[in-house]
Amino acid sequence: MGAVNLIDTLIGGLLLGGLYTLFAIGLSLIFGVMRLVNIAHGDFIVLAAYIAYLVIGATGLHPLVALLVIIPIMAMIGYLLQKWVLNRTMGDDDVLPPLLVTFGLAVIIQNALLAAFTSNSMRLSAGSLQTSSLPLGSMQIGLLPLFTLAVAVILVIVLEFIFARTRVGRAFRATSDDPQIASAIGVRADHIYALAMAISFATIAIASVFLAMRSNFDPYSGPARLIYGFEAVIIGGLGSFYGTLAGGLVLGLAQSFGAQISPNMQILAGHLVFFIILALRPRGLFPKAP
Amino acid sequence: MSEPSHPSSDWRRFIAISALVIIGLAAAPFWADRAGLRLLGEMYSLLTLALLWNLLAGYAGLLSVGQQAFVGIGGYTLFSATIFLGVSPYVAILLGIVLAALAAALFAPLLFRLEGAYFAIGSWVAAETVYLVFTMIPQLGGGAGMSLPAAVVRGIAEDRLTREFIIYWLLLAAGTGTLFGAYALLRSKVGLALTALRDNPTAAASLGIDIWRAKFWTYVGVAAAVSAVSSLIFLQKLRISPASGFSLNDWTVTIIFIVVIGGIGRLEGAIVGTAVYFLLREFLANLGPVYMIVLGTIAIITMIFARRGIWGFLEARFGWSLLPTTRLPPHEDNT
Repeated sequence: MGAVNLIDTLIGGLLLGGLYTLFAIGLSLIFGVMRLVNIAHGDFIVLAAYIAYLVIGATGLHPLVALLVIIPIMAMIGYLLQKWVLNRTMGDDDVLPPLLVTFGLAVIIQNALLAAFTSNSMRLSAGSLQTSSLPLGSMQIGLLPLFTLAVAVILVIVLEFIFARTRVGRAFRATSDDPQIASAIGVRADHIYALAMAISFATIAIASVFLAMRSNFDPYSGPARLIYGFEAVIIGGLGSFYGTLAGGLVLGLAQSFGAQISPNMQILAGHLVFFIILALRPRGLFPKAP
Repeated sequence: MSEPSHPSSDWRRFIAISALVIIGLAAAPFWADRAGLRLLGEMYSLLTLALLWNLLAGYAGLLSVGQQAFVGIGGYTLFSATIFLGVSPYVAILLGIVLAALAAALFAPLLFRLEGAYFAIGSWVAAETVYLVFTMIPQLGGGAGMSLPAAVVRGIAEDRLTREFIIYWLLLAAGTGTLFGAYALLRSKVGLALTALRDNPTAAASLGIDIWRAKFWTYVGVAAAVSAVSSLIFLQKLRISPASGFSLNDWTVTIIFIVVIGGIGRLEGAIVGTAVYFLLREFLANLGPVYMIVLGTIAIITMIFARRGIWGFLEARFGWSLLPTTRLPPHEDNT
């Protein structure tokens, strides 16, 4: 591998990591607040991409502008899903019910999308953003992947700020530490959980549009997105959004270098790095201080 | 003095009835046609997988979404060991059991580091990893997969009809063996530990139950058994590809729905769930995607409103128990 190729692979991996951070950030958030794992996370990303497709078809908006419509729609879906469905399964220590409910949702979403849109893959057109690139020495860096990474970094900073500095962030942390005590000081856990899910779904909306502008998607694209997001969360370490960003970047790098060895090594290399981290640093690269 | 759920009451009648049912099913080659035999065989294989997944998720608290890894290993070992090593299908099945157990023992220490719900997705990543490795071995036919040569199949029996009978009986043996094996396991000391684990992990640990070991051996044992059943399934199918061997839908989604609807954490749940699943399939399968939407919706409604499934509901309502695994404490002598 030559020096130019090496830098190329490195930059490509970091940019890919931006997208994986977007997949991961919502998972990281709801696990932090309520120990919930949403198996349908990836399928909701794909659902949001189809909603974006419909909104753009009806209005002709650019996908990035259409986000102004899609984010509130997804946040509302997330809020109601948590309030009406998932909250009924939470409370005791049993992790099975919420997990199995989201598992059922994943299957329902995939098949509903299949029935509505067939299995043909589609893509959102991002206009000139898709083809523009910045020259860097002898290389060209795609503007869309660069923008994706920038959005991921900004999102991580914003969420860290919300958690550390705002009222709702304090309520999130209090509920995360102990729902009973939080409710004793006037924080309603069920409402806080629903708010956390709404924010998670807002990140799903953002992830969906960046995914759909960059690559093809079909009704079965969800599970792989869940797995990449999950790997990013675990590699980075639970409990901090900066950790999730680091995990996303590491996963992107692993896949980028894997693809250099052989195209069908790309995804496998990500899985292998995930297992290596699990073996050597089970709490992730940047675990929250105990 | 009445002993409502004591195993020894009605014990004889229960043995007599199950013996009659098993003899009746074993005689199916004499009263069912070939299509009927295949359907029954498929029922036994799904029942077996459901019983095994129920042991994992319902008792050991290991909600695996990656059991297709061990189905694929079992199927591919049958094909590659008979073709490349020239061994008989029966030896190949044993090899598959060993390989699946080894793979499970390799993944378990890593996956058990994942907190609660994240184990589920971790097990899925493990299955994806095994799947990708198998697609990359050119001798296994890549994405197209491989077929079982006629010479290998004739190792079971010379003519097709006898072969189908033998595979049918093996599947029946797997189903009943797993049912009674799981029952015996749950009534044993290990089973007591698993049940304690299901009901209250923290208390179980404080009573000195080694949770890690109980989980480890359950995970490894179930993987081995899944591989054995899978070998039988693919011995009947005669073809395997990465997509069919490692199918998430066929070997995990379906099985999870069966157990959830029938009743998680109850042995009878797997039987009821399998029956309900085949009934629904009979009526709804031609609806395509709508069928999976219906199944998913039923599973979600079950989880929210009747967490212990159909059997758990009946048990609570009427005190039914077919395979009681509860033990009564020793009697206090009040007189």
